[in-house]
Amino acid sequence: MGVEVAVQGLSKSFGRTPIWRDVSLTLPAGEVSVLLGPSGTGKSVFLKCLIGLLKPERGSVVIDGTDLVHCRESTLYRLRRLFGVLFQDGALFGSMSVLDNVCFPLREHTRESESEVRRIAREKLELVGLGGAEDKLPGEISGGMRKRAGLARALVLEPEIILCDEPDSGLDPVRTAYLSQLLIDLNAQLDATILIVTHNITVARTVPDNLGMLFRRELVMFGPREVLLTSDEPVVAQFLNGRRFGPIGMSEEKDTATMAAEREQARAGHNDGASGEDVRGVAPQLEPTPGLPPRDAVRRRRERVMRMLPTLPDAARRSVLASFDTASATRTAETAPAHGVAGPAGGPNLGSPGEERWR
Amino acid sequence: MTTVSGKASPVALGRGALREFGTLFALGLDVLIGMFRRPFQVREFIQQFWFVASVAIVPAALIAIPFGAVITLQLGSLTAQIGASSFNGAASVLAVIQQASPIVTALVVSGAAGSAICADLGARTIREEIDAMEVLGVSPIQRLVVPRVQATMLVAALLNGMVSVVGVCGGYFFNVIVQGGTPGAFLASFSALAQLPDLWVGEIKAVIFGFLAGLVASYRGLNPRGGPKGVGDVVNQSVVITFLLLFFVNFVISVVYLQIVPPKGA
Repeated sequence: MGVEVAVQGLSKSFGRTPIWRDVSLTLPAGEVSVLLGPSGTGKSVFLKCLIGLLKPERGSVVIDGTDLVHCRESTLYRLRRLFGVLFQDGALFGSMSVLDNVCFPLREHTRESESEVRRIAREKLELVGLGGAEDKLPGEISGGMRKRAGLARALVLEPEIILCDEPDSGLDPVRTAYLSQLLIDLNAQLDATILIVTHNITVARTVPDNLGMLFRRELVMFGPREVLLTSDEPVVAQFLNGRRFGPIGMSEEKDTATMAAEREQARAGHNDGASGEDVRGVAPQLEPTPGLPPRDAVRRRRERVMRMLPTLPDAARRSVLASFDTASATRTAETAPAHGVAGPAGGPNLGSPGEERWR
Repeated sequence: MTTVSGKASPVALGRGALREFGTLFALGLDVLIGMFRRPFQVREFIQQFWFVASVAIVPAALIAIPFGAVITLQLGSLTAQIGASSFNGAASVLAVIQQASPIVTALVVSGAAGSAICADLGARTIREEIDAMEVLGVSPIQRLVVPRVQATMLVAALLNGMVSVVGVCGGYFFNVIVQGGTPGAFLASFSALAQLPDLWVGEIKAVIFGFLAGLVASYRGLNPRGGPKGVGDVVNQSVVITFLLLFFVNFVISVVYLQIVPPKGA
């Protein structure tokens, strides 16, 4: 099972510029979490603090009972082997071929024979759809391929915690969908804790168990996906819908004058750059590809969320209950022999929370 | 807090410089410890050694010939004026082996190989390769920096021998052919003033300078500021810093050596 990551009161600044203050959240063991945020809110910096590449001024990151911020270097290197990290553009070693890149962690950390190392590496490359590009150098393949190769390298040591820095940037919507599915499948197979940092709304709505958002140098919220997806917070609503009208501006914050001017424009009928529909609301979550084992995380999360149910806001509570109802309905359907392996994400899941989705 | 932006106060500058040297020193200690820690990166070491040697040998030899010649010519006219031209050989050998050779070696190793090492590591840093390596649980110091520093040290030690020989040969040539000195006197005076510790201190200097060249190059390469332009800047800085350190350390070693090792015949 994956490992819980408990972040407490984390603050980071570069010189006198604070990046974010007092961020506290817990990535539940084995669950998939997404951290949203406009560009430049320090999402990547947050990831780097989680793995000890940057040192936050205050706070702690506790993994397996060890505080990663205040531990010895040797402990840090040992803990890092629990992690698989996908960097923004893959961060492959430019002097090595794609295959050697994927072999690298195995060669450094295991005593496997060369043929076994290559077998495992090829297997992971197949998994991300890079079977034919093994002997190419990172400079000779496209950005999306580099990213997938980076993911293969991150997976090769079977990590307990997978961190993805914008897995969707530079990928088309179709490849993004495949990648999302891949991450969910991995979660089902490895039961690893996954944190995805992104500003892709589709990923945020369909992939995670838990959802958080960074804005204005702090964590706006973090919790079960329903909480953020049904939130009335203006920042969240604006971000999920990709509108110009709202607290988020071109530079991170907006002054009141700009906001008033934009409100005027809107009243005059100016299109605000979004489709006009309200895409808030809880979309059905991705499920593992049929044939794979069910995700243990779903069961654990259900128990956890049920315990915290009384503390959730109204809309989120209703949505959670509705999703659990349909989930159990799906499960009974799955036990029927005819639908044994079918159980696609759509079907019964889409129907009943309809009134919830549009409220 | 209101401070004048864009213009750092001298105190802040001094503090910044101290901090830089502190981190450089810390990296130096890490590298020293790393040299004796397994696993030893044989492949990386051999590759780097070969690279450093291949870029350094020819320029070092080409600098050594005129350098040895100039010293001999200068000393030749000086010793002739005071009537000690039979000691010309000893004086030029001492100057070449103790001072010129290690310095020439270090300048070439730093200028030719150190700059390349710095640029390579700098490019890797801004492409997040170094971060990725750390995250994969592999220490970049152990994996990349230690073999590079070892390579520059070994190349400097070996190159120092070659530069000494080439320098002395150059000196001999100019003394005997150009200035009309006596070959026998030039050779015989070697052992009149020079002694074995002179050779040792030259080698020790070369090893230390090689260490400094590799260390400073790696240190600046691992800490570039502000993207691709930053890499160009740190390469420049690494060479300048190495040169400054080099002459300072050379001064210290020379003073200490002259104090503790008595000159021959004294």
